[in-house]
Amino acid sequence: MTRGATRVAYALIIGIAVLIAGLNLALPETSALHPSTFVMSLTGKYLSYAILALSVDLVWGFAGILSLGHAAFFALGGYAMGMYLMRQIGGRGVYGNAVLPDFMVFLNYKSLPWYWHGFDMGGFAILMAILVPGLIALIFGWLTFRSRVSGVYLSIITQALTYALLLAFFRNDMGFGGNNGLTDFKDMFGLKLQSDAVRAGLLVATAIILCLQLALAQFVVRSRFGKVLIAVRDTESRTRFLGYRPESYKLVVWVLSAMMAGIGGALYVPQVGIINPGEFAPGNSIEAVIWVAVGGRGTLIGPIIGAVIVNLGKTWFTAILPEYWLYALGALFVLVTIFLPNGILGLLRARRSGKAEARAVAP
Amino acid sequence: MTEDTASLLYLDGICVSFDGFKALNNLSLLLAPGEMRAVIGPNGAGKTTMMDVITGKTRPDEGRAIFGEATDLTKLDEPSIAALGIGRKFQKPTVFEPHTVRDNLLLALASDRRARFTMFARETSEEADRIAEILTTIRLVEQSARRAGDLSHGQKQWLEIGMLIAQDPALLLVDEPVAGMTDAETEQTAELLREINRTRAVVVVEHDMDFVRALGVKVTVLHEGSVLSEGSLDHVSNDPRVIEVYLGR
Ligand SMILES: Nc1ncnc2c1ncn2[C@@H]1O[C@H](COP(=O)(O)OP(=O)(O)OP(=O)(O)O)[C@@H](O)[C@H]1O
Ligand SMILES: [Mg+2]
Repeated sequence: MTRGATRVAYALIIGIAVLIAGLNLALPETSALHPSTFVMSLTGKYLSYAILALSVDLVWGFAGILSLGHAAFFALGGYAMGMYLMRQIGGRGVYGNAVLPDFMVFLNYKSLPWYWHGFDMGGFAILMAILVPGLIALIFGWLTFRSRVSGVYLSIITQALTYALLLAFFRNDMGFGGNNGLTDFKDMFGLKLQSDAVRAGLLVATAIILCLQLALAQFVVRSRFGKVLIAVRDTESRTRFLGYRPESYKLVVWVLSAMMAGIGGALYVPQVGIINPGEFAPGNSIEAVIWVAVGGRGTLIGPIIGAVIVNLGKTWFTAILPEYWLYALGALFVLVTIFLPNGILGLLRARRSGKAEARAVAP
Repeated sequence: MTEDTASLLYLDGICVSFDGFKALNNLSLLLAPGEMRAVIGPNGAGKTTMMDVITGKTRPDEGRAIFGEATDLTKLDEPSIAALGIGRKFQKPTVFEPHTVRDNLLLALASDRRARFTMFARETSEEADRIAEILTTIRLVEQSARRAGDLSHGQKQWLEIGMLIAQDPALLLVDEPVAGMTDAETEQTAELLREINRTRAVVVVEHDMDFVRALGVKVTVLHEGSVLSEGSLDHVSNDPRVIEVYLGR
């Protein structure tokens, strides 16, 4: 990825977010150019998905770990933020309990479970949105990479991970709102979550954080660490004979990627207004992999484009033919695999600079 | 073996079996410090398996592999053995294809292998000098910025030898370095290995007899997982048992 292209990506991501947010705040609702609050939050949602796609690309594109469970880290980050937003409701819930969220009152909780403590503080919740996915990824990765589980087996275990979390979060006695999840949020950082100003702020914040994560990912893959990682992806055993420990390289990038996805989830929840166990559905993780494939695996910027384009398509498609979306997505994946092995970005780069360079480090 | 005999590598009664088939059968071999040894033998004799044992890829059922004073290699894993100073070139050239020739050497250069170091490592001027030096040795100066995957077969073999040099090992294991090379390339490779041998020990596995002759070193003949004969090339090629094994095929 050239530095010029990265700069264009930063400018576009921030520019579009600031433009939509600015027009929403500056223009009266009657104006034809006024983007609705819905459009603003939808854009924020796409950019949150782009963060997830970027995190998937970091492990799949550069370490060869095809994670089919990355949405789990995204959802964990989302739950951490959701818990904070629940506590921000305070005594304004249906039952008027200042401490316990409505679902806990309904389920006859007498006091707040220990793991809900601290989530009344925004900073703590954000920290947990990073640390919890990181810790789960650390335990999972330590167990699997050390025993040299890789390829399809690893992918299947990641599916099992997200599926296990799905089942766990469905249970009422887990204390995360069961089936209904967490919703009916009112405030964020003491400000009205439904207000245009907060929505605009969230959109711009998501854009900035996406860019920061992109910069971080670029730093990682361009470092000597990143070069070793690519070597591990292609010829893992060879790196061992050179004295590298592939399992620790994978573990580092895996945990980093999970934390990045967690941040994406934390930005996603206030903009869509709900988090429920459905976010752990195995299909969500598979969709994220498709965004990466469509945009261009191993290109970092491609997956961001892929996430936005596929989700634009999904919004449009599900409005007219909702029951056929999964077929369309499957067909898209097959077509991309056959005709665009390096994704949209691969196509763009091949156009510009000839095939050889486009495939410089792409898998 | 007596205690005062200095050896760099001592394989002692190594046995490896795959599903009952004995790939190595009580193999013993002694390599002196700084020595270059050619290992020959028919297909399936166990040459590659011997290298797998020395580098920690395969754990033997029996036997020890003593490196230097008293390190038993059979107790260690691949990265630890590499860190001890044993480098390996594979039978099938394996370089990091998406990386440039230069980056391949950079990754092989002896330095801290831990993630927390490589994440923030900057290339030092010593490293740059070392890479330039190795590029000259392996005759790939012009190809420095090329993608390793785009090199010719022979160039890949050299790059892999260059990566071995970059590791700065005490012992190099080289599996069939001239397979698929032209005569000129083969000759240059023999020269390259002799140059490397000036500062470190080398074990070369090769089928090409002209190449083995060009190396001019002691030869070990493996057959069915154990040593059949050992000595100069003339000595082993006049050994009736060796002649029988080779002519019997
Ligand atoms: N992982 C394995 N599983 C089963 N059998 C194996 C394995 N590795 C090697 N062998 C068998 O062990 C024997 C020795 O193989 P090895 O590769 O060491 O031979 P070699 O001397 O290197 O031969 P070549 O000259 O063909 O490279 C062969 O019969 C081979 O089929
Ligand atoms: Mg062999």
